[in-house]
Amino acid sequence: MSNYDAIIIGAGHNGLTNAAYLAKAGLNVVVLEKNDYIGGAAVSRELHEGWTYSNCSYVCSMMRQAIHRDLDLGRHGLILVPYLGTVNFGDGDERLLAYHDEEAAHLELKRHSWHDADAMHRFQTDLTRYSQLIRKTLMRTPPDPTSFRPRDIRELLFLAKQFWSLGEKEIYEYVRFFTMSAAEYLDDYFENDLIKAAMASPGIIGTALGVYSPGSSYILLHHVMGDVDGSIGAWGLARGGMGAISNAIAGAVAEHGGEIRTNAGVQQVLVENRKAVGVVLENGDEIRSRIVVSNLDAKRTFTKIVDRKDLPDGIYERAKNFKIRGSSGKVNIALSGMPKFTGLPDNRYVNRGGQTFSGSLETMERAYDCWKHGRWSDDPFIESVIPSAWDPTVAPAGQHWMSNFVQYCPPKLADGPWTPEKRDAFGESVIKKIESYSPGFRDLIVHMEVRTPHEIEQEIGLTEGNIFQGELTIDQLFFNRPFPGYGQYRMPVKNMYMCGSSTHPGGGVSSVCGANAAREILIDLRRTNTVPEDDFYDE
Amino acid sequence: MTTTDPYAGERLKRTAFYPRAKVLNIREAWAAWNGYKFAEYYYEAEYEYFCVRNACATYDICPMQKYEIQGRDAEAMLNRMVTRDVAKIALNRVAYCVWCTDDGRMIDDGTIFRLSGDKFMLTCGSPCTAWLEKSAFGYDEVSIRDVTDDIAALSLQGPTSCATLKKMGLDGIEKAKPFDILHFPFHGDTLMVSRTGFTGDLGYELWIPRDLALEMWDELYAAGEDYGIQPFGEAATNMARLEAAFIMPAMEFNEALRTVNFEHDQTPFELNLGWLVDFKKPHFSGRSALLKEKQRGPKYTLTKLDIEGNKPAEGSYIYRNKRCTKEIGYVTSAMWSPAVKANIALAMIETEHLKGELWAEIYYEKELRQYNRVVKCTLKNKPFWTPARARETPPPDF
Repeated sequence: MSNYDAIIIGAGHNGLTNAAYLAKAGLNVVVLEKNDYIGGAAVSRELHEGWTYSNCSYVCSMMRQAIHRDLDLGRHGLILVPYLGTVNFGDGDERLLAYHDEEAAHLELKRHSWHDADAMHRFQTDLTRYSQLIRKTLMRTPPDPTSFRPRDIRELLFLAKQFWSLGEKEIYEYVRFFTMSAAEYLDDYFENDLIKAAMASPGIIGTALGVYSPGSSYILLHHVMGDVDGSIGAWGLARGGMGAISNAIAGAVAEHGGEIRTNAGVQQVLVENRKAVGVVLENGDEIRSRIVVSNLDAKRTFTKIVDRKDLPDGIYERAKNFKIRGSSGKVNIALSGMPKFTGLPDNRYVNRGGQTFSGSLETMERAYDCWKHGRWSDDPFIESVIPSAWDPTVAPAGQHWMSNFVQYCPPKLADGPWTPEKRDAFGESVIKKIESYSPGFRDLIVHMEVRTPHEIEQEIGLTEGNIFQGELTIDQLFFNRPFPGYGQYRMPVKNMYMCGSSTHPGGGVSSVCGANAAREILIDLRRTNTVPEDDFYDE
Repeated sequence: MTTTDPYAGERLKRTAFYPRAKVLNIREAWAAWNGYKFAEYYYEAEYEYFCVRNACATYDICPMQKYEIQGRDAEAMLNRMVTRDVAKIALNRVAYCVWCTDDGRMIDDGTIFRLSGDKFMLTCGSPCTAWLEKSAFGYDEVSIRDVTDDIAALSLQGPTSCATLKKMGLDGIEKAKPFDILHFPFHGDTLMVSRTGFTGDLGYELWIPRDLALEMWDELYAAGEDYGIQPFGEAATNMARLEAAFIMPAMEFNEALRTVNFEHDQTPFELNLGWLVDFKKPHFSGRSALLKEKQRGPKYTLTKLDIEGNKPAEGSYIYRNKRCTKEIGYVTSAMWSPAVKANIALAMIETEHLKGELWAEIYYEKELRQYNRVVKCTLKNKPFWTPARARETPPPDF
């Protein structure tokens, strides 16, 4: 007899979203989390008294508004606030300020290049057109191109229609775009190197690719297709840190009668007669259920918690070779005051946003070279945000915390395993780089949390510390995500599903993977769908 | 030789806070209110709106009309003018009030502060000296003085507003309950603070003699620096007040004394303000008409709507059916609410049709072409934004 209708493994935001929608449909669900806190990589923790870090993910744009609204996450305490004024730091004294106001932004670009200031309009128009098409696929299950089921054919026709509506020329462009490198793509538009570097940086985040690697232009798109309140490409902060997102979704799970258990790591998925029937916990407890949903990445799911003998031929190998290379580290720093950066006006709005230490395309590519050689970058690319400039709840008044996303940092070092000393040396390289733009920065440091891919894998369970649960390259996207033939959330073991970022549409705090998986599960269980449609209709 | 500005007579007046506001109004986005130069926004409307919801922000309410009403008959006079029982307003308390014509049509809304047994301050959006004088007819012991230019007023709204005032040195501010008035010594004079506002959030309004306005601004901004203080303008105010379902003149109601067409003005019952009409107190303007309206029920009712989709239903008609053949009302204000993540609106709907289906026809533009959608509306009973901190005393730490 089943105790539960559904077990969801992993209380990351997608697992929680999945549980919320299943519970809303009346299913008896339990979410099992190995840590003593929930949230996975959308988490806020107070590691030093008075400071709340967003330990992993730090900004939000992909969270689907339709889900936010449907699960009433505002009532569960979630408020997303857009932030302003990112500054791109060039190699020397060059600064590119991303003003919020269109006129001001244009004048700032013009200061660097009249040509590029104009070209930016065309660039943003093209990118918006591409992202509109992708956005329409987010909350839909990818069709299986080999299937003749009416639903798959209907979805394929939907896609074909969207493609044709672009116009003939754009279809060629689109295919080109998907396979190009970010740097080459940007060459079509811009001449100024700092502008190119600033625009290219979303193309490498979370991915073991360089700005010159084919495929990085799609990653760029992935990072600009989100929105905050309809403003496409905008990024926001969750008030209280990214954990506020997971906590609000957990509130929705509880509201619909779902259960969440922490300190409940799953050892093994129980499979009988090729059907998943429950799980065994690390403490030996057995929990049975009608279905099992894994929010872990594909590699971890099929190489760690499902027995190889329970899998059809070839799946274990596919999982083992799933491309999930870690490329980034995260350094969270508590500061006793607001850091001042050189070459910037004393403008109250400019330091309300983020800092991108990109340098030039060349600098970014050299940083990638280090990763290829199994070392962290000696002159890293850093994307920083100071959430406390905006959010009064995450640091004591007048004090701040700075989130630093660092590329590149390899999961395995050429000179042997990660050690605490090497981790700290990696952290030091980050401080050194920031300090070169902010003299005295080091003196402001109150506390630091340094996370290499090693820590991220150990704590959060993301294989190799890959933030997307598998790279967002074309071979692992859409109906091929995570594996060809398994793009519709149903896994090779009957009654087993996946709901994490290893599934379509991939990484980012979007809640979409969890919601899409719930819709498929409810179809299989012949329950009424509780997952809303996306609200892009009027774009 | 001195040059005189030949256009001086046509230029807008400047409020007491203008020297500070002009520096921060980076976008030069000025509008006008009662003859004063008044910020539409300073940096960006949505940014300022989020400061109100997330940190704290100030709104220059100098242009709001302020009247000092004093004398032995002051209470009786106000009580005959407004629909609420002024006798029930305790010392150092504020009450939200409306006043009507003899036909029960609403002239304006505002707040009445009881500053002593026989001294009140009345604030409202539009000038109403003439109506006050008219209302004082027959009362000998009452003086009415327009103090709009004597008092500088600044509204401080948002979750960190209390912390900011504490940091500014206003000891005990956290004990102020909603609608309380406190007084603090300030540079040899008095700073009056009321726990009031127009955003539906935790917030206060600061009242200071005009010549101390800049000192107060500077101390407030120094204290608020670490709490995210930012000025906000009319655009952000309008967003916040709509989430709180507060009414605006020329949006939800047309002031009765400025209404040309028959019944194109409103009654308090139509505006959901029946709770402000006290039939147990002595006679007041509009009483018999309002009593009749109460018994009959209002023709229209102002409603709060949650609307499908994400395009604001600005200027939309409301229909009883999806085919849009039976029109039953109109939207007065609409927006996408970033905090609530909902497409919200206030709408006047014929009361008899409130129980049935509600559909809005929404028009929106996309690259010069008009599109329209007919979408379902759901009635909401409560305001869209109602954080607990707005009611709690002492307010929680943001």
